[in-house]
Amino acid sequence: MDQQTLIYFVWLIPLLPLLAFFTIMLFTRKHDRLSHTIAIGAIAISFVLAQIVFWNAVAQGGSHAAEPAAAVESSTEAPSATAEHSAETPAAAEGEHAAAEGEHGYPAYVESHIPWLPQGLNTLNMGVLVDPLTAAMLFMVPIACFMIIFYSVGYSNFNKKRDPHDQPGFPPHKGREPMYGRFFAFLSLFAGAMLTLVVADNLLLLFIGWEIMGLCSYLLIGFWYARTYPDRNKITPRGAAVKAFMTTRVADVFMLLGIAFLYSSTGTLSFTEIFTQEMTSQLAAVLFLGIPAAQVIYMLLFIGTIGKSAQFPLHTWLPDAMEGPTPVSAMIHAAAMVSAGVYMVIRMFPILGGTVPRGELVTFTPMIIIGTFTALFSATIAFTQRDVKKVLAYSTISQLGFMISALGMGAWVAALFHLITHAFFKALLFMGSGSIIHGVEHGMHATEHGHDDHAAAPAHAEAAPDDHGHGHDDADPQEPDMDPQDMFNMGGLRKKMPVTFWTFLIGGLSLAGFPIFFAGFWSKDEILGHAFHYPQFQIVFWVLVFTAFLTAFYTMRQISLTFFGQPRTEAAGHAHESHWTMIAPLVILAVFAIIAGFVGVKADMPGLGLIFNGPFAKYGTPFEHFVEPVLATTIEIEVLSFDWTPLLIASTAGVLGLALGWWVYGRRPLAAGQPDPLEVKMGGLYVVLKNKYYIDEIYNYVFVQPARRFAVWMGDVFDRKGIDGVLHGIADGALRLSLAFRSFDTKVVNGGADGFAASIKAAGHWLRDIQTGRVQNYLLLALVSVVLLIALYITLFS
Amino acid sequence: MDTNQLVLLLILFSPLIAAVLVLIIGKLGDGAAKWSALLFSLVPLALTIYLWIAYQSAPVDSGGFKFVFSVPWLPQINSSFTIGVDGISLSMILLTAILTPLGIIISFKISDRLPLFMALLLGLTTGMFGVFMALDLVIFFIFWEIGLVPMYFLINQWGSANRRYASFKFFIYTMAGSIGLLLSIQFIWSALGTYSIPQVAAQWPTYSGTGVLGMPVETVKNITFWLFVIAFAIKVPVWPFHTWLPDAHTEAPTAGSMILAGVLLKLGAYGFLRLVLPFFPDQAAQFAPILALLALAGIVFTAFAAYGQNDFKRLVAYSSVNHMGFVLMGIAVAAAALGNPEWKQYGIIATNGAVLQMFAHGLSAAAMFALVGVVYERAHTRDLNQLGGLWKVMPIYGGILIFSAMANLGLPGLAGFPAEFQVVSGAWPVFTFITVLSMLGLLMTGAYVLKAIQKVLHGPANRELLHHAEMPDINRREIIALAPLLVLMLVIGIYPMWLMTVINQSVTFALTKLIGG
Repeated sequence: MDQQTLIYFVWLIPLLPLLAFFTIMLFTRKHDRLSHTIAIGAIAISFVLAQIVFWNAVAQGGSHAAEPAAAVESSTEAPSATAEHSAETPAAAEGEHAAAEGEHGYPAYVESHIPWLPQGLNTLNMGVLVDPLTAAMLFMVPIACFMIIFYSVGYSNFNKKRDPHDQPGFPPHKGREPMYGRFFAFLSLFAGAMLTLVVADNLLLLFIGWEIMGLCSYLLIGFWYARTYPDRNKITPRGAAVKAFMTTRVADVFMLLGIAFLYSSTGTLSFTEIFTQEMTSQLAAVLFLGIPAAQVIYMLLFIGTIGKSAQFPLHTWLPDAMEGPTPVSAMIHAAAMVSAGVYMVIRMFPILGGTVPRGELVTFTPMIIIGTFTALFSATIAFTQRDVKKVLAYSTISQLGFMISALGMGAWVAALFHLITHAFFKALLFMGSGSIIHGVEHGMHATEHGHDDHAAAPAHAEAAPDDHGHGHDDADPQEPDMDPQDMFNMGGLRKKMPVTFWTFLIGGLSLAGFPIFFAGFWSKDEILGHAFHYPQFQIVFWVLVFTAFLTAFYTMRQISLTFFGQPRTEAAGHAHESHWTMIAPLVILAVFAIIAGFVGVKADMPGLGLIFNGPFAKYGTPFEHFVEPVLATTIEIEVLSFDWTPLLIASTAGVLGLALGWWVYGRRPLAAGQPDPLEVKMGGLYVVLKNKYYIDEIYNYVFVQPARRFAVWMGDVFDRKGIDGVLHGIADGALRLSLAFRSFDTKVVNGGADGFAASIKAAGHWLRDIQTGRVQNYLLLALVSVVLLIALYITLFS
Repeated sequence: MDTNQLVLLLILFSPLIAAVLVLIIGKLGDGAAKWSALLFSLVPLALTIYLWIAYQSAPVDSGGFKFVFSVPWLPQINSSFTIGVDGISLSMILLTAILTPLGIIISFKISDRLPLFMALLLGLTTGMFGVFMALDLVIFFIFWEIGLVPMYFLINQWGSANRRYASFKFFIYTMAGSIGLLLSIQFIWSALGTYSIPQVAAQWPTYSGTGVLGMPVETVKNITFWLFVIAFAIKVPVWPFHTWLPDAHTEAPTAGSMILAGVLLKLGAYGFLRLVLPFFPDQAAQFAPILALLALAGIVFTAFAAYGQNDFKRLVAYSSVNHMGFVLMGIAVAAAALGNPEWKQYGIIATNGAVLQMFAHGLSAAAMFALVGVVYERAHTRDLNQLGGLWKVMPIYGGILIFSAMANLGLPGLAGFPAEFQVVSGAWPVFTFITVLSMLGLLMTGAYVLKAIQKVLHGPANRELLHHAEMPDINRREIIALAPLLVLMLVIGIYPMWLMTVINQSVTFALTKLIGG
């Protein structure tokens, strides 16, 4: 394919969904069909373009492996409306740039940028870059986004009419989502931001996509902005939205510092310019508080990931973010936002290249500690949750911990691989849970005929008596009595929702790491294999194995509680399979949840290696071969050969966990109202886990409340009483002084026609006299004073 | 006088002439007055756009200025009427020219003495243009004071309940600063015998002749430095001189707040860049850490203070102080760079950021105040606890509010972000610890912006409010007044190059001149 065409394509990939957002918001938001057609059309074209770019990269990757210098580069200017400005970039600098790359062999398949911010004599450029890492992400992200947006058509009840009881700001009960167009606009913006982040050729553009995604998650988590629960302790969607935004912002300001540090030490933020031998060794040589600058910068950036990818201690926003509509959960927690966090640290990993001699394993201890701890920690919370989505939320945090831990141990390829497989099976699981909830909600409506027509009283009716003829239309929808997301209200859905069941089972087994057939197994195995290979990571290995066991256990608990046994509520009994627009994405993602793993089978594995990957490589995995050149400019990685031991240990942990889960929850299905068997057994510990170790409460007490009090004190007491107190004191003193002068004037000078005294008197009465309310007087006064002042200069200084 | 100089003069005085004309036309009725005011306010805008284009290729003088126009004015004191622009002032003039018509549009519904209101608004514009153009200290001071008077009356006559107190505080406070400014100008004049800003910049830093009033030169320099700093610090406002601002903003009419936050505050920051740094490079470098600390206090404390407010307008007002803290931070970095040539590039980056922040904040603050005005006009309350759930009844308003609030918060992709990024990048190597602490302010910026959105738009609607007040969605006139701001925020956020090329040239020129290299 023509290089110039490819460049156009790469620019268009993020641009199309962004344009869809603006088009829907400005013009078509009231036309539901048109809005979703635009959103789906945009992401579909992006998907096709991304596939073209990806397969081109794969084709070039083959030749790249043979001859690094053959990597195709282009510094051709961007095809954008600002072409006339790009012409200003000195051609000489361009040439130099391209030459430098050729030397270092950075595997850039597509590269293009425009000048963005002039700084003195330098210019900060913005552009796109496709290297193997971006290409791999371009395979996963558009597919997942496309599925999620498509799924939203069914999820938002496009097949139904609007129900007059449904109102904007509340989830629809029986009809179509009232803010249908807006939902698709936000999803498009989200997809556009994620794709911007993926194709960015520099850290600043990546950060722009990163933050816009943060905005989208805020808007989408709080999509049902008016929803209020009778239980005041339950977090509302708008509360969860603020929490998500603020928690990630804590991390983002550190990331901004990291970017500022990097920019001020190197004068560039472009990946291809930073990831060179010279630059990374220079960054490692400069010390900051005794630590190599490269590590400080990476740590600051990693804090950004802790927020975005919900790692301990900034994980608390993610489970609450489940208040958003389910496609949002899938988008935020699987395909896009949390993946972005891990993607960023994967992307920036080569910066650490200078910290150890070439050839040695590059590790980053803070990541190992936080990642491993988070993986275990949130897995323990996951198996006490009752909400079907919250289990998945905690499992997401846990799986992200796996990736972070892997990256910290230097298992760069494994981290990226798990990121991609996880995105597929977790998006599948989230959308599956959305389908389950939809089914149960349908069952609820089927069982409460004639009930809700009279129940639409506002939640705060007592505060505002409805006496001005406002009928149903104005009343806030009432929250249902039964929680349709509580797994203990489900059961027996296997027969009612067969497609959802089978696809969810595939996703679940992939998450649990069931051997051989599922993607999650291969990626998790690669992480465990790496940890096992290096003796210094023995503890990490066993912690992760135990976590894998817990993962399998809570996954089987979830599947058993939801699908097996008999329905525990009437609503579950009346549930039925979701609309085809929701089912189809599940089936497609289920396919990926299986096949995506096979590119990660080690070529030297007996049997399977030959079947899946024999022709492609003699050792390592095809995936590794494809992405590894990204690191090669600064880091050499050791390709591990196949090892049976960790593979068997991991398989055993997965199978044992599944078996135990089945033994506790599946063998004898729970009856309606029966408590969780573990709750009975574990007692106090269960309560602690169920309350998420009380971390929310601690944060609230230690950070949120003091900040609130300080804020009020700062505005009302410090400024108004402190600073203004001083000012009023001065004013008061001046007034007293004037009055003293006046009395001096009247008593001592005895009312003589003294102009000086008169002016002092006037000053003393300024406050009263000046406010005659006649503007003409004021203007005259002002004019006279200006003239007087000028006259004063002339007399004094001429 | 060539065409471009004439255009510059026309930009400066056309609003003043327009003010008189509007007062005369106003006899025909309010309708005629407001439409003519709008029409007249478009004249300087059109001329500024023309000048912006002409600027790109115009020759530059040795001081870095273009279109310099000079006539003797008060030869007795060696003051001449000299005006000219560089990239910094031209971008501020553009901002002023954009905001004035929008302020007029948003004020169309004023019923009380409308012609006078419009005339004051236009007169104010001349004052602001004058400060940005002045290349002579007397001219600078006169326009500085001219800007003060109309704003005093706008607040005092058209403000809300506590307007007397607020306008008085605003006037006296700024006056107090001005007196020091005037005194310092006289000190410099009596030493150098010139009011010309480029000449003072060339001579004053190295001046070592006789002192003034028997004081040694160094003392005079220190005194004049601090008097300049305080005068401009009050205007910016720099913490802790900021308490006039929440009062003045809260009481001012909507257009007054838009102009006050949009442009008037920038006069102070502009004073730092145009006068303080070139006149006092040694003092600036010496006291740069103090400026940085004050900037930090402004960023952090006022962000908290904003979060603590329950008055929508007061919250937005505090956010202005918060954002101007980043402008001062950029200036502090430039000041530090004056003493250390190694920091020159950081100084340039941070100053670029400060100027862009001035522009970006001008857009977002004006939009936020306009939006507060829209809700206040309907609900007759600014109490955040009385509002809520308005997204449902005013969906378009909600979208615009979120957009503007995000620009205010510095969301990447909108205008504030490249500005904050540059300030932080420049400040990091120079004031590392202060920069780290200032992030607390950035965090709280998020908190107060989200608080405002949540309290106004989210949640169930306040039924009582909806029963007592008509809450129609934002109307076409209000959208027209806001749309240019929204478009510019997005355009600058996505592609700041067009604006930054002009700013960067002048910033680089000025700092190179001061630092060398």
